[in-house]
Amino acid sequence: MTEQPVSSPSGETDVENFADVVTLGEGNPLVLDSGEMLGAIEVAYKTWGRLNADKSNAILICHALTGDHYVCGTNPITGKGGWWENMVGPGKPVDTDRYYIICSNVLGSCAGTTGPASLNPITGKAYGPDFPVITLGDMVRAQALLLDHLGIDTLFSVIGGSMGGMQTLQWAAAYPDRVKTVVAIATTWRHSAQNIAFHEVGRQAIMADVNWAHGRYMDDPRAEPPHAGLAVARMAAHITYMSESGLTSRFGRNLQDRDKVAFGFDADFQIESYLRHQGISFVDRFDANSYLYITRAMDYYDLSAPYDGVLAEAFRETKTRFCVISFTSDWLYTTEESRHIVRSLNAVGARVSFANIDMDKGHDSFLLDCPEMNDMVAGFLQSEARSIGVNS
Amino acid sequence: MTPTKTRASDIRVDLLEIARMIPAGSTVLDVGCGDGSLLDYLIQEKNVDGRGIELSAEGVNRSVAKGLSVIQGNAEEDIAYYPDDCFDYVILSQTLQAMQRPDRMLEQLLRVGKKAVVSFPNFGHWKVRANLGLLGTMPVNKTLDYPWYATPNIHFCTIRDFVNLCGQLDIDVEQSMAINAKGSRMPFISLFLVNLLATQGLYVITRKQPENSRA
Repeated sequence: MTEQPVSSPSGETDVENFADVVTLGEGNPLVLDSGEMLGAIEVAYKTWGRLNADKSNAILICHALTGDHYVCGTNPITGKGGWWENMVGPGKPVDTDRYYIICSNVLGSCAGTTGPASLNPITGKAYGPDFPVITLGDMVRAQALLLDHLGIDTLFSVIGGSMGGMQTLQWAAAYPDRVKTVVAIATTWRHSAQNIAFHEVGRQAIMADVNWAHGRYMDDPRAEPPHAGLAVARMAAHITYMSESGLTSRFGRNLQDRDKVAFGFDADFQIESYLRHQGISFVDRFDANSYLYITRAMDYYDLSAPYDGVLAEAFRETKTRFCVISFTSDWLYTTEESRHIVRSLNAVGARVSFANIDMDKGHDSFLLDCPEMNDMVAGFLQSEARSIGVNS
Repeated sequence: MTPTKTRASDIRVDLLEIARMIPAGSTVLDVGCGDGSLLDYLIQEKNVDGRGIELSAEGVNRSVAKGLSVIQGNAEEDIAYYPDDCFDYVILSQTLQAMQRPDRMLEQLLRVGKKAVVSFPNFGHWKVRANLGLLGTMPVNKTLDYPWYATPNIHFCTIRDFVNLCGQLDIDVEQSMAINAKGSRMPFISLFLVNLLATQGLYVITRKQPENSRA
């Protein structure tokens, strides 16, 4: 808590401040849910906007499985726009002119925060399979360390979709006094058997790739990483992010660059070509071991487990206000799962808003432009900011 | 978008009558809250701690964009998840007749709320009776504004039916009010006349207190 990074290092007051990597937990290692300890960790994060005088306008954005801390603006890794340009920016629902936005890369990932691809200080090599198994709780603990470092006690809001939504709920359950509001979109409170099953297919695809080398592919700089396995994992997962109606309207049974089927195993259909492209472009930006660790963390996620399966108990006495949003066509984290979260919150008298938005694009709807979602998030944040008395 | 304040002139007269019955500072659940205008009015003008349930996505989106705590759901299923006695008042405005089991709904309203405010279209109104009795057709008017084949209203009742049901369910009627075709309050002359002349009934109901429990 020695510095106040409320403006960019150059002293400019741009909306876009800076991306940084901080070393946290030095001399005070993170105790993980597994019982293992992780020494000093690095956390990559980025901020936008300005922290106000009473530090009441901070919003933490939580990214999804394969996301990173580049929420908006240009992502230097991909050269493309941030993953939530529709939602975050000046005048957007999460308004960088009014709020101080923070997004950090999650623990175990590969965009600057400590993960299996990072150097193990003990061996001098990449952690690989020696990296401890982490959980959503551990990811949130690392985020809390970052907030301590930034000198922010209380967040006006924690916002996220999919795995980011799981983190928002984890925040409310683990740090009820540090979170005023939560926006949880297209998410769940625990991974179902079906969710775990799809992840297992992905992990097995990676581990079946000989290049995976029991997770030690990084030890030999000349060795090929398990790109084929990771691409297949991404292809399988990507199907779960879309809906049948979305796929049908976009691809149908249309053929790719040909008039008739070739009676072979080339990508005859447009959907095949699209999935192959998704798989191949993914391996350029994501680490196979990180994929194993993060999917495992999601599979272990069950917010009701410490309470004999009664989710409501995780939120008893909560003062946090919730906004839960689901999409009608999301079959990965269904409306019923969101409804269970909402009913559990109602059961303990929590303040909650919930809408099931009619959109046919499947789970990934939360990343797309959706005026109903934007209006809800903007309205929720504005009214809560008014009632709490948050100054921009 | 900036949510605008809901004023008395913005909401229906019958909703304003309901608002008059809610004491300032109460905790309120509005079941079937529509676009949230009554709830918004109660929060702005009476400083209530308000929540809502609404079936339509459009209503929920509008409510939440106004900053209201409203959940999208089927009230008959979702109300079961609220604990006992968690609201001072539960409002059911013009929705009773759309319920699968209005009797169970009334019991649920008085389980989660200490009191309930219920308004409903009166099927005993003379024009309704005339429609059925003289023309032999189902009525379509301002409070019953759907043709019979497309109506969400499945369980119509008269003001007398409602009073009878309350008696059967051991529900105390604390206040009764009648609303005429203009949507304004009419004097509660007698049950017979009101049942004939009112287009809507509006009731504040409570659980029957055991005689000796008030001591």
